[in-house]
Amino acid sequence: MLHIVNKSSPDRNTLDSCLRVANGGTILLIEDAVYAATRGNEEEGKLRDALSRFKVYVLAPDLEARGMADRIMEGVTTVDYGGFVDLVTEHKNCQSWL
Amino acid sequence: MSEGTVKKFMFVNRKAPYGTIYALESLEVVLITAAFDQDVSLVFMDDGVFQLKKGQQTKGIENKNFSPTYRALDGYDIEKLYVEEEALAARGLTEDDLLVDVTVMSRAELGKLMDEMDVVLSF
Repeated sequence: MLHIVNKSSPDRNTLDSCLRVANGGTILLIEDAVYAATRGNEEEGKLRDALSRFKVYVLAPDLEARGMADRIMEGVTTVDYGGFVDLVTEHKNCQSWL
Repeated sequence: MSEGTVKKFMFVNRKAPYGTIYALESLEVVLITAAFDQDVSLVFMDDGVFQLKKGQQTKGIENKNFSPTYRALDGYDIEKLYVEEEALAARGLTEDDLLVDVTVMSRAELGKLMDEMDVVLSF
């Protein structure tokens, strides 16, 4: 399953809920959720631990808009909007954690 | 306007830019307030510190990049910009990552400053 998260992790608990409930699969971080995939934030360990269970992608245009493209965490893959569509079509189903 | 009362306004910015409309709306109201010759302070705390991150490039998301506006605030006599020290640290940011000169303050100091205000608006 593809899990899509769009809220900032320190601001809202959607990424926490996703990581707590989902057994594995793919996570795509978009909009304010992209901050979770950056180096140096104090919750970095949370996503780093999840990399053993999930393939994690982050939407590049959202990283760039926020000036964070140069500090993406190792092990996380960037995608563009085309890649976003590919992820949706490649997975049987998806869950948007609003 | 010279006869008018000047009040101390504080704008508390706690949201990241672009994901919600709060950051942009705050900026609009700040500029309006300044036009009425009020004493304006801006506070950036929690995710609000991301609003001042250098290097924002919004072409990809087809949104207006409003971050250069923070540098123009000076021209409207808005010079009191305060940033929460703990919020920067928690996000792996330092003062060097910010696109404008600010005063970095602890949460406790910001709380004291807030107490001195006549009007506090939260975004």
